Amino acid sequence: MTTTADTQPGRGDGRSGAGGPGGTETETVRQHASGDPFDRDDLPTAKGATSTLLRSLLAPHRRELALTVLALLLQQAAVQSGPLIVAYAIDSAVPALRTHTYGPLVAVGIAFLLAACGSAAFQYAYVHYSARVSQNALLDLRGRIFRHAQALSVDFHDRYTSGRVISRSTTDVESLRELLGEGLQELVTVVLASVYITATLLWLDLEIGSVAALSAVPLYVLIRSYRRRAARAYGERSTAIAAVVVKFAETLNGIRPVRAFRRERVNDAAFAALNHRHERANGSALLEMARYVVGSRLIANTAVAGMVLWGAYRVADGTLALGVLAAAVLFVRRLYDPIDRLAMFLNAYGSAAASLKKIAGLLGQVPSVPEPAAPRPLPRAEAGRPGRAVQFADVAFGYRTGGEVLPRFDLTLPAGQTVAVVGTTGAGKSTLAKLLARFYDPTHGRVLLDGVDLRDLATAELRRAVVMVTQEAFLFSGTVAENIAIGRPDATRAEIERAAKAIGAHDFIAALPDGYDTDVRKRGGRISAGQRQLVAFARALLADPAVLILDEATSSLDIPGERAVQRAMDTVLRGRTAVVIAHRLSTVEIADRVLVMEHGRVVEDGPPGRLVAGTGTFARLHKAWRESVVGSG
Amino acid sequence: MADRNLGVMDRPSTPAQPSATRTLLRLWPYVRPVRVRWTAAAVTAVVASCLGLVFPLVLKWIVDGPVADRNPKGVWLGALALLGLGVAEALLFGFRRWLVARPLASVEAALRADLYRHLQRLPVAFHDRWPSGQLLSRGTTDLMVVRMFLAFPLTFLIVNGVTIVVGLILLLSQDWGLGLVLLAPAVPLIAVCYRFEDAYARVSRRAQDQVGDLTTVVEESVLGIRIIKGFGRHRSQARAFRELSHTLRGTELTKARLLAGILAVITLLPEAALGAALVVGTVRVADGALSAGTLIAFLSTALALRWPIESIGFLLAMSQEAATATRRYFEVMDAEPESTEVARASAVGGEGPGAGAGGGGLRFEGVEFRYPDAPAGSAPTLHRVDLHVRPGETMALVGATGSGKTTLTALVPRLYDVTAGRITLDGRDIMTMPRDELRALVSMAFEEPTLFSASVAENVLMGAEGATPEQVARALDVARADFVDGLPDGVGTQVGEQGLSLSGGQRQRLALARSVVGEPRFLVLDDPLSALDVHTEAAVEAALRRVLADSTALVVAHRPSTVQLADRVALLSEGRIAAVGTHQELLRTNAEYRYLMSGGTAAPGEAARG
Repeated sequence: MTTTADTQPGRGDGRSGAGGPGGTETETVRQHASGDPFDRDDLPTAKGATSTLLRSLLAPHRRELALTVLALLLQQAAVQSGPLIVAYAIDSAVPALRTHTYGPLVAVGIAFLLAACGSAAFQYAYVHYSARVSQNALLDLRGRIFRHAQALSVDFHDRYTSGRVISRSTTDVESLRELLGEGLQELVTVVLASVYITATLLWLDLEIGSVAALSAVPLYVLIRSYRRRAARAYGERSTAIAAVVVKFAETLNGIRPVRAFRRERVNDAAFAALNHRHERANGSALLEMARYVVGSRLIANTAVAGMVLWGAYRVADGTLALGVLAAAVLFVRRLYDPIDRLAMFLNAYGSAAASLKKIAGLLGQVPSVPEPAAPRPLPRAEAGRPGRAVQFADVAFGYRTGGEVLPRFDLTLPAGQTVAVVGTTGAGKSTLAKLLARFYDPTHGRVLLDGVDLRDLATAELRRAVVMVTQEAFLFSGTVAENIAIGRPDATRAEIERAAKAIGAHDFIAALPDGYDTDVRKRGGRISAGQRQLVAFARALLADPAVLILDEATSSLDIPGERAVQRAMDTVLRGRTAVVIAHRLSTVEIADRVLVMEHGRVVEDGPPGRLVAGTGTFARLHKAWRESVVGSG
Repeated sequence: MADRNLGVMDRPSTPAQPSATRTLLRLWPYVRPVRVRWTAAAVTAVVASCLGLVFPLVLKWIVDGPVADRNPKGVWLGALALLGLGVAEALLFGFRRWLVARPLASVEAALRADLYRHLQRLPVAFHDRWPSGQLLSRGTTDLMVVRMFLAFPLTFLIVNGVTIVVGLILLLSQDWGLGLVLLAPAVPLIAVCYRFEDAYARVSRRAQDQVGDLTTVVEESVLGIRIIKGFGRHRSQARAFRELSHTLRGTELTKARLLAGILAVITLLPEAALGAALVVGTVRVADGALSAGTLIAFLSTALALRWPIESIGFLLAMSQEAATATRRYFEVMDAEPESTEVARASAVGGEGPGAGAGGGGLRFEGVEFRYPDAPAGSAPTLHRVDLHVRPGETMALVGATGSGKTTLTALVPRLYDVTAGRITLDGRDIMTMPRDELRALVSMAFEEPTLFSASVAENVLMGAEGATPEQVARALDVARADFVDGLPDGVGTQVGEQGLSLSGGQRQRLALARSVVGEPRFLVLDDPLSALDVHTEAAVEAALRRVLADSTALVVAHRPSTVQLADRVALLSEGRIAAVGTHQELLRTNAEYRYLMSGGTAAPGEAARG
C-alpha cells in the first residue's frame, strides 16, 4: 500500500558480470507491461493472507504470548493502583491516624511498596517475554522467507530480481520487528491503560467515568481521520524514499562509469530533486503528526477540565468524597498520556501491514519445480561408463508470461556424448540447458535421465548427476578453497587442488596472498572475470557429475583457459555426457555432435565434420568464425 | 587516509571510539542552519512541559480554595484555568512539532545529499572495499535515526531534564522534606543509567553488524541461486543462515534483557520513593502539618514527573543508537575524496607539453601500480609498464588471465592513480590535468556493462553531453544495437534497474555505443565484444574499425577476433609490457603470445620465459 517501487537496491543488472536475468541472450526482452504483478512488486495474496501469516507466526509461541499479556496486565494493574492507594490514604488513613489507628497507614505503605516492586518485576517480565515472542517470530519469518526463496525456481528469481528478495528479508522483516517490538507494546499499553483507567473511573464515580468514556468518541473520530491522512502522507514518503534509494544504489553499483563519464554533477542535480521530493513528503508526514498531537491533546485537556469541574462541584455539594476526586484527577491525566504513542503504533502498523503483505505474496508463490512426493532412484551406473543417457520426450516449453520458446520436440543424447549447441541469440539454447538441469520443468512432455523423469528424482540425486556451469561465475564470501568445495563439500584439500590443477586455475590461486585460503571478499573482489570462471569450472570438476552442462561458461576465458577446459573435459570428465553452449565455435571442435538451433527448433544435427562440409547454417557460422580467427594457430 | 584497516566487511575497529557526545556534536554544522527554529522548539517544549506541572497547582488551589469553601464560582474559575492551560499545552505541543517538522526534514536531506555527493567523489578503491549495501544503509536508516534523535531524544532529554528540575523545585518548595524523600533515588539512578548506556551501545552495535552479516548471506544466496541449485547446496546455505539468525536472536535477547533490567530499575526506585513520600505525607496531613490539597498537588506533581524520569532510559538508548548511526555516517564522510588538485607539469619527462612526434598519443612511462589494500610486501600489480600508443593508432592489450589488463585501463581515466611513473596524453601528464578534463578526453567501455535507469538515448548520451540524435543513432549503429528499434519506445525506452531488463550482449552493445558517441580522441575498451555471438561480433567489428581510425585507442582483447581491430598488439606479462608488435609479428616471435592466442602446446611456465 505504501510503495510501488522497490525500496531496496535492485541488484539484478549491471553487476559482477552476472548479466541480466538468465545471463544469456535467450530472454531477450522481458515483458514490462505495467499490468505484470512482478513489475509492480505486488504479488497476489489470498484474502486475509496477511493476518493468516501473522497468526501462524505467533501461534507456536502462544504460551509466551499469554505470559506477555499476563505480565502486561499485572504491570498495568500495579502501576494503576497508585492513585487508588492515594485515595485510600486520604479518605481512610488520614482519619484513622487522627484516632491513632496505624493499621491503614501500614497498609498504604506496604501496598505502595508491593505496587512498586510489582510494576518493576512485571515490567521486566513483560520486556523479557515480549522480546522472546518477537524474536522467535522474526527468526521463524526470516527462515521461512529464506527457505521459500531457495525453494522457488530459477524462473521465479529471474523475474522477481534479487533486490526484492533482499528487501523482503531485511527492510520488510525490520518493519515487523518494529511493530512487534515497540508498536505492539504501545498498543497493548494504550488499550490496557485506557480500559483500566476508564473502568476504575467508572467504579470510583459513575458520572466522572462517563465523561472519560465519552471522550473516546471524538478521539476515535480523530484517530480515524489521522489514519486516512497519514496513510497518504506516509505512502508518499515511502515512494519518495524508494526513488532516493534506487538512485543511490544505482550510482554506487555503477561508480566506475559514473566517474569515467563525469556524471557526478548531473547525478548531484538529479539526486537533489529526488531528495527534495522526499524532504517535502517527510516534512508533510511530520506535520500530519503535529496536527494529530494538537487534536488529541485538545480533546484530552478539555475532558480533564470538564471532569474536574464536574467533580469539584459535587465535592462542594458534598455528594463526592475529596479523595475520590483526587484519585479521579490523578487518573484522568494519565488516561490521555499514551494517545500520542497511539499514532506511532498506527504508523508502525501501517508499514508492517504493507510489508507483511509483500512477504505473504512471496511466500504464496508455489515453487514451479517441486520436489517429488515419491522419489525414484536412478539405475546403477555401469562400471566404466560414467555418463548417462538424456532423452527429451515430446518436450515443449513456454514461459509463464506467454510465448512458446521451444515447440514440441524429441531429442536423445546417448550416454558419454559431447554435444555442442549453437545458434543465434534467442534460439532457445539456454532454455534447453535449463530444462536438462531442471531449473524449469517443461510445459509438455518429459525430460528423462537414464529413463527416469527428472521430476521423479530427489534433488540431491539429480544434482549429483547433472551439473550446470553458467556464464555467471558467482563467488560466495569465504576462501577460494571453500568456493571450489561447493562442488563437493566433503572434498579434501588435495582433491580441491587436483580439480584446480586440472582446469589450469592452480597457478593463479597459488599466487594469491593466502593461496587457497585467500578470502574472495565481497563478490569476488579482484579475482578477474576469467579467473572466476575457472573457479566455477573447478567446482564442476570436483562435483564429478554424470551429465555436465556448460552454458556460455567460457565467455570470459582467454584461449588458454578455454583449452584447459577442453582438456579437462577430455581427460577428467571423459565419458560424461556433456552439453556445451558457446558463442565461440572453438568449443565445437571437441564435440561429437552439433545441434544448430533456430527459433526454438533444432534445424541441423550431426557430427561437426559433416555439418561444416555442408551448406547449412552451421557451415556459414563456422566460416564466419574461421575468418574471425585468421592467423591463429 | 581513513579506514585503511578495514576488515573483510566494513567493520571499523571497535576500540578507541570517541564518546557518544563527541560523535553527536559533529552533527552541529548540519543543525546550525536550523538552530533558531530548533531552539525555539526546545523552549516551546520546555514551556509546554512545565505547563503540565502547573496543572497540579491549579488542582491544589481548587481543592483547598473553592471546594473547601463550597464556592461554585471559584470552581468555575479553576476549571476555566485548567481548560486554558490545556489548550495552551496542546497548541504548544503542536507548535513545537510545526517548528521543526520541515527544518529537520531538511537536515536529513542535507546530510543525505552530502553523503551522496561525497560518495560520488571518493576514490574507486574505496568503493572496492565497501559493499554498496553498507553505504546505502548509512544513507537511509542511519540518517532517519539521526533525524529522530534531533526531533525527540535530544529535545526531550533537555525538556525532561528541565521538567524534572522544575518539578523537583516545585516539590521542594511545597514541602522540602517530602521533596528530599523523592529525590533520594536520583544518584543511584544516574549511576545505573550510565553503566547501562555503555553496555547497551556495545550490544546494539553487535546486533547491527550481525544484521549486516545475515543480509550478506541472503544477498549471496539469491545472487548465487543458480549455483546453489545447480549443485544442490541449499542445505549448507540454509545451515549458515540458521546459525547466523540464531546468533542474531541471541544478541537481540541480550539487548532486551538489558533494556528490561534498566526499565525495571527506573520503575522501581521512583515508585518506592513515591510510596515513602505518601506514607510520610499521610502522617503529616493527619497531624495537620500539611493540607490535603498540598498532598494531592505534591503527589500529582510527582506522578507528572514519572514519565520524564522513566523516559530517560529509552531516550539514552535512542541517543546511543543515534551516536552509532552518526559514527557510521562519518566513517564514510571522513574518507578522503579524490583530490581535485592538479599537479604542476613535472619536469621529469623532459618532453613537456610540446607534443612532438614522439610525445603524442597515449604513453605509459615506467608505470607502477599497487592496490592500496594490497598486503605489504606483495609484488605490485603493474611494475614498469612502458607503452606508447601513437596518435590515431589502435593498440590491443593482450595478457594472461589476471595479468592486470583491466587494472591498466583503469589508470588512464585516473579511476586509480599510478603509484610511480606517469601516463601522458598527447604529451600532457594526466596528473596535471583536472580529472573532468581528462575524463572528457578519454572514453571508456567497461568489462561489465552498466546501464542506468534512464532511456536508451540518455544512456548513450552519457558518453557525450549535447550529442545530436543523429550522433546517437550513428553510435547505436556502430555497436549494431539494432535491437533498440524493436523496443517498445525505441531509443526512448527506459532501461536499467527500473526499466526493461536487457541481456548481457544487449547491454554490452549499448555501453559500447556510449563510449563511441562523442567520437572521443582517446578510447579505452575492456574486452568490449565478449558477450556477443559470432555474427554480431563480426558486424560490430567492421563498424568499430571505422571509428577507431580517428581515435587513439587501447583495447583489451582475449581472442584473435578482437585483436583484429588493432594496428599493433602489446603483451602484458608479469606486470610489464613484454612485447609490442603486430599480431603476425608476435605470433612469429613470442611464444607466450602464441600460447595466449592459439592455446598451443607450450606450457605456461615456458611461455612466460619465451
